[in-house]
Amino acid sequence: MALSKPVRTIWDIPREERFAPGHTMCQGCGAAIIMRHLTKVIGKDAIIVQATGCVEVTTTAFPRTSWLNPWLHLAFENAGAGASGVEAALKALKRKGVIDPNRKIKVVAIAGDGGTFDIGLQSLSGMLERGHNVMYVVYDNEAYMNTGIQRSGATPLGAWTTTTPVGKKLRGELRPKKDLIGIALAHRIPYIATASPAYPTDMVEKLRKAYETEGPSLVHIISPCTPGWRIRNEDSVKVARLAVLTGMWVLLEIVNGKPRVTVKVPKRKPVREYLRLQGRFRHLTDEEIARIQKMVDEYVEEINRWVGEQAIGPVEG
Amino acid sequence: MSLTLEKKEERKELRQVVSKRIAATGNYAAALAVKDADVDVAAIYPITPQVQIAEKIAEFVANGELDAEVIHVEGEHSALSAVVAAAATGARAFTATSSQGLEYMHEMLYIASSLRQPVVMALATRALSAPINIWNDYADAFGMRETGWIMLFSENVQEVYDNLVQAFRIAEHPDVLLPVVVTLDGYILSHTIEPLEPLGREEVLSFAPKRPRGYRPVLDPDYPITVGTLGTPHWYYEAKYQQVVALRESKRIIEEAGREFGKKYGREYGLIEEYMMDDAELAFVSLGATASLVKAAVDRLRKEGIKAGMIKLRVLRPFPVDEVVKALENVEAWATLNRTISYGAAIEEPLFTEIAAALAVRGIVKPMASFVHGMGGRDIFVREIVEMYKKLDEIRKSGRKVKRTYFWGVKGHDPEEDQAM
Amino acid sequence: MSIKDEGFKRYLGKKYPETWRDMPIAAIVPWPGNTAEVKTHAWRTIKPVIDQDKCIRCRLCWTFCPDGAILEVDEEYKTSSGRVFKISYKVDYDHCKGCGICAAECPVNAIEMVPEER
Repeated sequence: MALSKPVRTIWDIPREERFAPGHTMCQGCGAAIIMRHLTKVIGKDAIIVQATGCVEVTTTAFPRTSWLNPWLHLAFENAGAGASGVEAALKALKRKGVIDPNRKIKVVAIAGDGGTFDIGLQSLSGMLERGHNVMYVVYDNEAYMNTGIQRSGATPLGAWTTTTPVGKKLRGELRPKKDLIGIALAHRIPYIATASPAYPTDMVEKLRKAYETEGPSLVHIISPCTPGWRIRNEDSVKVARLAVLTGMWVLLEIVNGKPRVTVKVPKRKPVREYLRLQGRFRHLTDEEIARIQKMVDEYVEEINRWVGEQAIGPVEG
Repeated sequence: MSLTLEKKEERKELRQVVSKRIAATGNYAAALAVKDADVDVAAIYPITPQVQIAEKIAEFVANGELDAEVIHVEGEHSALSAVVAAAATGARAFTATSSQGLEYMHEMLYIASSLRQPVVMALATRALSAPINIWNDYADAFGMRETGWIMLFSENVQEVYDNLVQAFRIAEHPDVLLPVVVTLDGYILSHTIEPLEPLGREEVLSFAPKRPRGYRPVLDPDYPITVGTLGTPHWYYEAKYQQVVALRESKRIIEEAGREFGKKYGREYGLIEEYMMDDAELAFVSLGATASLVKAAVDRLRKEGIKAGMIKLRVLRPFPVDEVVKALENVEAWATLNRTISYGAAIEEPLFTEIAAALAVRGIVKPMASFVHGMGGRDIFVREIVEMYKKLDEIRKSGRKVKRTYFWGVKGHDPEEDQAM
Repeated sequence: MSIKDEGFKRYLGKKYPETWRDMPIAAIVPWPGNTAEVKTHAWRTIKPVIDQDKCIRCRLCWTFCPDGAILEVDEEYKTSSGRVFKISYKVDYDHCKGCGICAAECPVNAIEMVPEER
């Protein structure tokens, strides 16, 4: 059974594990935490369609699987199309009486940032635009981690990756992250949210709402990657929390186009605190950090304007 | 309003009366087969020259004549992804494409067959870019030979319909579980109106029955399976060998379907079709609508007293090797005629290499040649095929070895020039 | 959606296969969650040890564990100061990879990461 009542405290998260251990995800993997909670939320009656990526390869090496749900992986760029196909099939088979029309079976697509922001964007757009009843979950570790840390459209400004190396002329990623929420928003879908595994109650409640949504929903979750972000294994939750506390990652919920910040941050921490824990930002000079700080300041301002309140406050003195 | 309704009813009745034999294009025949097969999910995307298949399916659904979910995908890669996923959920699923669209979904062709999903696809054969060309040749179809699909070629509009009906039965057969593609020559069949005898839904569903959910593994919360796993070097090879065996063994089911189709509806289908082969001395192997032209050439040659014959490959995959070898065993010389090029290959016409290899491993070596013509919709005239037969006759008589493919009909090119290379 | 026809079972192969013949069709895995049979303890160099007396049963370690290796069990525990808890947290040492998130996130420092002895 899917999680049906609102999640207000950590104790509302179901105890039952629906994501088996023994997978080969890294020590301290943020995506593994996300998958555990996602599967708790969706319960038994959900069919998962997963894009190629870390989570896919580390959980399904034949003859083993970490999944308890029916699960389908086709390729890298087509989680949206695959989910559309499963959803359409369920619809047709229910209408024709092959499957009990009263049984609720949700389709859940899972993809990383590469499979969503880049190669899978077209397929995602098609799925959102056609209005399929699919919940799409993005675990965003901000680079192609499965192939060994190459930059993606989700890589943040300044970050080192193996394809945005720190050299004499160029120093890390040159462009800020692509605005996935803006893209989802442009499709006018009923439910969009951002989440962080460091805020489990907020994340699980958003996953639940996305699950309950009739029509397409998208939950975009920051997913710290210990080898890719060059962080200590035990720091992945801490980093996911600092992303929120510095205003780099705002916890949003957009229901039918109406935005709301779900976790307010009255006093922001300087971005330096987030950046300094991560080896991928180690090369940044004070000047470069100031540039990122300015970018985040502008972003926070934009969010506050959008939600119509000072949800995220100024940097603490 | 009531007047219109009445008229509609009338028209409907009329349609039923004439439905025994109608005039239809290949595209319409394909859409009709999809309707009669009661497809559950169809992913559609326009590409010339298959676009009317998509249009007609949408029309059938819009009129309530077909109860299917139509997915208006945003590209062919998603088209095949969606129908593979739909099939994995237990639906009868269909899509159609052509040329660039097939290339765009190429990655998914392998995934469809290796996940053993019984999707059915119509392919209006068309040349590949560049230069961009919307007319017929078999470059697209031949590009998918290695993808693990069952491939049926159609010679005429009736065969498009019949092949598709059989395709659903073959693909979903418990001993097969493989995707099937049915070709129709772009424009030559897709847009040409020919007589068609559709069977109607009742007959089609009795010939190609929908099997109960659960006869094969599907995505179902009551029996969760993980599909699309990571195949490490420990198990990947074994999975591939299973596919080899599955495709090999599908031959039996294809033959059985063709035989039973003949018994029930009077049109029997084999893996190959032999035309005037009983006493043939010279034989050409061809496929698709091109086979009709070769048949016409055979008729002319026979009038001249030349013992010509023809073999039509209805099934390209699994290759009907025993049938082709048997048919060619007693001829004095053989050749292939194809509308595709295998660039840089030892022999640049790919049918030839397969047949020559099949004969050679059985110790059968006789005068042989290969011909390419009709690329990108270039007309092949019957008189040209007659000339090709005469070329083969000359090769037989002279005993000379033809080491290269004859590129017939290229402006300013003498096909013999290549032999000197 | 109960599956009435169980014909699909012919495609499921043998758990676990030894040859191509007894491998499930299309390399599917019809054994949900069977990675649980795989022990991942050899990954770790340090291991968490929970001080049941210090533990306040806040559930955070359980929440943040990437490997589901903190088990929440209905075992009553009475601390040395006399406080009674209805549940306890235990480490699944078969699957704990020793990342240390539990120790880092514990608000009362009730989890210590100690060197793994082999």
